[in-house]
Parts: sequence; C-alpha cells; structure tokens
Amino acid sequence: MSRRFGTFRESYPQDMAILQSPGQWGIFFLLIVFLAACPLFFSERILTVLTMIGIAVISVQGLNILTGYCGQISMGHVGFMAVGAYVSAILTAKLGWSFWAALPCAALAAGIAGLVFGLPSLKIKGFYLIMATIAAHFIIIWLVLQLRGLTGGADGMAVPKPRIGSFILQSKASYFYLVTILAGLFTYFALNLIRTRTGRAFVAVRDNDLAAEVMGINLWRYKLEAFFIGCVYAGVAGSLLVHYYGFASADQFPFMDSVWYIGMLIVGGMGSIAGAILGAVSLKLLDELVTVVGPFLSAAVAAQAAAALALIARGLIIILFLIYEPRGLEHRFELIKAYFKLWPFSQEEAD
Amino acid sequence: MTFLLQLAVTGLALGMVYALVALGFVIILKCSHTFNIAQGHFVMIGGYLGYTFLVPLGLPIWTTLILTILTAVAMGLVIERLTIRPLVGQPDLAVIMMTIALATVLEGLATLLWGAEYKTYHGLLPTLNLKVGEISVPPESLIGLVVSFVCVVLLLLLFRFTKIGLAMRATAEDLQVVQSMGIKATSVYATSWIIACVVGVIGGILLGGVSGISVHLSEVGLKAFAVVLLGGVNSIGGAILAGIILGILENIAAGYLDPLLPGGGLANIFPFVVMIIVLIFRPYGLFGLARIERI
Repeated sequence: MSRRFGTFRESYPQDMAILQSPGQWGIFFLLIVFLAACPLFFSERILTVLTMIGIAVISVQGLNILTGYCGQISMGHVGFMAVGAYVSAILTAKLGWSFWAALPCAALAAGIAGLVFGLPSLKIKGFYLIMATIAAHFIIIWLVLQLRGLTGGADGMAVPKPRIGSFILQSKASYFYLVTILAGLFTYFALNLIRTRTGRAFVAVRDNDLAAEVMGINLWRYKLEAFFIGCVYAGVAGSLLVHYYGFASADQFPFMDSVWYIGMLIVGGMGSIAGAILGAVSLKLLDELVTVVGPFLSAAVAAQAAAALALIARGLIIILFLIYEPRGLEHRFELIKAYFKLWPFSQEEAD
Repeated sequence: MTFLLQLAVTGLALGMVYALVALGFVIILKCSHTFNIAQGHFVMIGGYLGYTFLVPLGLPIWTTLILTILTAVAMGLVIERLTIRPLVGQPDLAVIMMTIALATVLEGLATLLWGAEYKTYHGLLPTLNLKVGEISVPPESLIGLVVSFVCVVLLLLLFRFTKIGLAMRATAEDLQVVQSMGIKATSVYATSWIIACVVGVIGGILLGGVSGISVHLSEVGLKAFAVVLLGGVNSIGGAILAGIILGILENIAAGYLDPLLPGGGLANIFPFVVMIIVLIFRPYGLFGLARIERI
C-alpha cells in the first residue's frame, strides 16, 4: 500500500484514520451530499435500482468478510439471506413486532444458521465447503417451503413496511435513505473489523490456515466468527429485501444469486472493501442494463432471448474477469491512479 | 416387499446413470485437479442435442448417438482451450468460479437455442423389457442401466489398456514426473474434458428419455456431486458404487417418505442431506484419499 504524498502521520489517531487528507474528506462529503440529494432528481425507478444496489452492497460486504478475508467460500449466501428475511417477516407480520426489533433478531438468526452450516468448515475447505454451503442453501429453502404454517410455503407471505412512530417508510425515497444509511454503517463496521486482531486473524486463516493455527490463532473460533459475521450481514440484507417488497417468498432467493454475489466479489476485487462496493454496483447496473435491453431483444429475436441474454452476460462477465483481470476492478483502479500520480514517468510503473 | 424391491431396481438403473455422470467429474478432477461444476450442464446439453437429432431432424437413434458424441468432443475441446487452459496455476476458487460461469453460459445458450418449453422424446429410445417375478423394470430405466454399464466398462478398459489411459493415470499421480517423461499434460487435460463431455451427454440422452428435457435436467449434476462426495472425489470405483447406493436410497426414501410429507419433493433435497452428513462425518468419502497437509 503506497502512502499518499504529503500526508505525514504524526500521531496514532492520524495513522489510524480512515479518511486521511482534506481531499478525501471532500470526496466523502460530496458523496454524502449526492446520496442525500438522489431522491430530488431521480425517478422512482432509479431509486429502486439504487435501493437494490444498497442491499447488494450489504450482502456482498458480508460475503467479502467470509470469503474475501477469511477464505471460507460460501455459495449459500442467499440461503442465509432467506433465513434473515423470514425471521424478520414472521416477527413483524405474525407477532406484530416493530421492524427495528425484528432486524437485529433476523441478523442474529441468520448468524446462528451460518454457525450451524459453518461447522463443517473446521474439517473441510475449498470445493468441499462450496458443496456444504450449496447444500445449506437448498436445505434452508426446502425448510421454508415445508414450514407452511409459519412461512406461507410456496405462496409467500405479506410483510409490513417499517415505520418510525406513526411515519411509515412507504415511499421509495425513505426506504432508499434507510438502506443507504445501513449500507454505510455496515461498510464502516467492515472497514474497522479488518484492522482489528480478528480481521488480521481472518487474513492469516485465508492465506494458510495451518500456518495460522501454528502461530496460535484459534481456527475453530475465527472460522466460526467469520461465518457468523458474514451471515449477520446476509440476514440484514435479506430482511431489508423483503420489507422493501412488502412480500416474502422463496422465489426471491434463487440459488444463482449466491453465485452472482461471488461474481460481484470477483469483478470488484476479492478481499477489499472498496472492491465489494465496486463489484456490487457495477454488476447490479449490468443487470439493470439487461433488464432495459431485454424487452427490445425479446420483441426482435425470440421470447426467451431476454432471459438467455441475462444468463450469458453474467457468465461471460465472470469468465472475462477471471481470465483478464482476476484481481478485479479495484486493482485496475489502483493501477490507473498510480499511472496518473507518476505521470510523465509512469510507463514502467503501470504494469 | 415387492414395492421395496421395485423401488430398489428402479433406483439401481437411475443410480447407474448418476455414476456415469459422476465419472466424468472424477476424471477431470483426477487429471487436472479441477472441480467441474458444469458437469450437470453437459447432461442438459446432451438431452437437448439428443432431442434435436431425434425429433426435429428425425434421425435414427444410432446416428443421433454418434452425432451427439461428436458434438460433445468438439464442445469439450473448445471449453478446455478457451476457459480452463488460461487458468492453469490460478487458485482453486478461480477455476471453480470459471466452471460455474461456464454452467451459466451453457444454460443461457440452451434457453436461447431451445426455448424454455419442456421437450420430450418419449418412446424413441430402444427399449428392453425384463420382468423378474412381480418386479418389472421400466424399459427406459433398463436401457439406461445397460448403456451406462457399457460406458463405465469401456472407460475402465480405456484407463487400463491404452496409452492415453496410462498417461491420464500418470498425470493423476504426479504432474511433474509426467511432464519430464515427455507426455503433453495439455493433451491429457483436453482428453479428460472430452471424456467428461461425452459421458455427460450420453447420460443426458438416457435421462432425457426417462424424464423429459428442460434446463432443470442440469440439476442431475448436483446429484452427481453428492455421489462423488460419498464415493470419495478421487476414486473411480467409489463413484460407481456411490452412484448405485445413492440412486437406490433416493428412490426408496422418496417412495416411502413422500406420501408422509405434504409438500413432497424429498427426492430433490435428498442428495444435499447426504452431502452434509458425509461432509461432517467423513469428508473424504467412502474410498477417497484423506489429504495430508503440510505447511
């Protein structure tokens, strides 16, 4: 990691600060102003897309902690989102809890589900762990469909919108603010988590778990902790998703979305907070592009062309990134920044 | 008792097809240490190819079989060259994600070319009738059993008695030794992908005759993973035995438990339950080699 020119870290708080220069603070405030002003000049359609991006960012940050930092590959992330979603839906719709009490419970429930299905990770890794988490996804969805009395089975269930006092977050703009604030908070938490003892232990486990164990890192504790934290993020994202639609059904949690979340990590850059955001934003925008182009294509070529195009586009994006930019957009962005920083002498440095 | 035996026999035939599909997976894994998630999608493509040659083109079954296998050979070559070869030396996750992306592209292509409707060529495959006592074997399942058995035997002979088979076994044993002996590892990789594609599409033609064809045919790949995990990922004999075990168990469990559960669909969840149990209690399967790790 290169130091910024002209930034002298003279005290410990300065060294630990996330935003280190007036320029970064400026960009940060511009971003906040931009996000706060979004509802003023964007249509509801675009606000929906932005809300979905926010939810994806929360989910992918969780997956990034689990897969990108701790190296435990989970392809059941959407399954854990479903756990959070249904716990929150049942608590609010059946028991009449408020959303603000149900959200932490949903996060906790998803985290506990993650602990249970993370147990095999103590013995297995790589492909075996992928299989175990895929199995977790299908078992969770099957349970959702079977427990008809609680979840409504295949018919789904209605979920109330969150409210503050008597103000119901009914409008797109209010929900957009809620999701954006939560996405910001969870990103901030992730940023800090990876700098703590726990975060460093995660990285050590990822790089070589045997070596980490020899150095005195308790594998049992840290692997399960990673599963717990990653799945808490998933639970929050799932809960936000169903409360946004006002409806929960198993169809909102297809298996391919888990794969797509890993794809976001790959495109953005694994093991990087900025990468997770970049990946979630760019791939959600790609999805949106496909949705916009789809109807024209269906009319021009064939009815199934839109669905097929979405699948092919997703697959090809991941294939191209794996071959040509396996370290993701974040790495490419750093290279471009370095190029301009060193500018007239940057030829050798750029690659 | 008759009901149980009936279920077991049907399961055996189904299990043999699972074993065939799983074998393709094991061969790629042994030769190139690549976990091929797209194996089930080869099956789906096989079903669609079989449908295309049999129904719209109206070709006889043997021509269909040969044409499908030729297509599969080409498909295996292209896939290996374009997507897997550039990733040699990359971490496991990259290669696994590549095969998943490949699966997505194959599914998209299948939807684009053949549409989302359910296709079937029921009654076009040659049938064999066999009745032992009160147990009758469904003809489509029986032909599946026979063809899978023949393919498995052919593959075992290929490994045992041919030069490329020897090269593949050697590559599975030690890549560096093989390269220093002057065997081209890349051609071994390509061969393993071709074989996996071919057994996949043969499985697809057989299963397509039993259950019809849609993009959901690729889910048989998930069953193949359960088979592979149960048998041990690097054991060919284990894959065959585990395929048969899983086919029989699945059929019996579905036959007895489905009436008890209102939603049914236990046959779909069954492989995953097996997977989790195997992974928790015996991660390297029945016949797999336990991996010893060193720093």
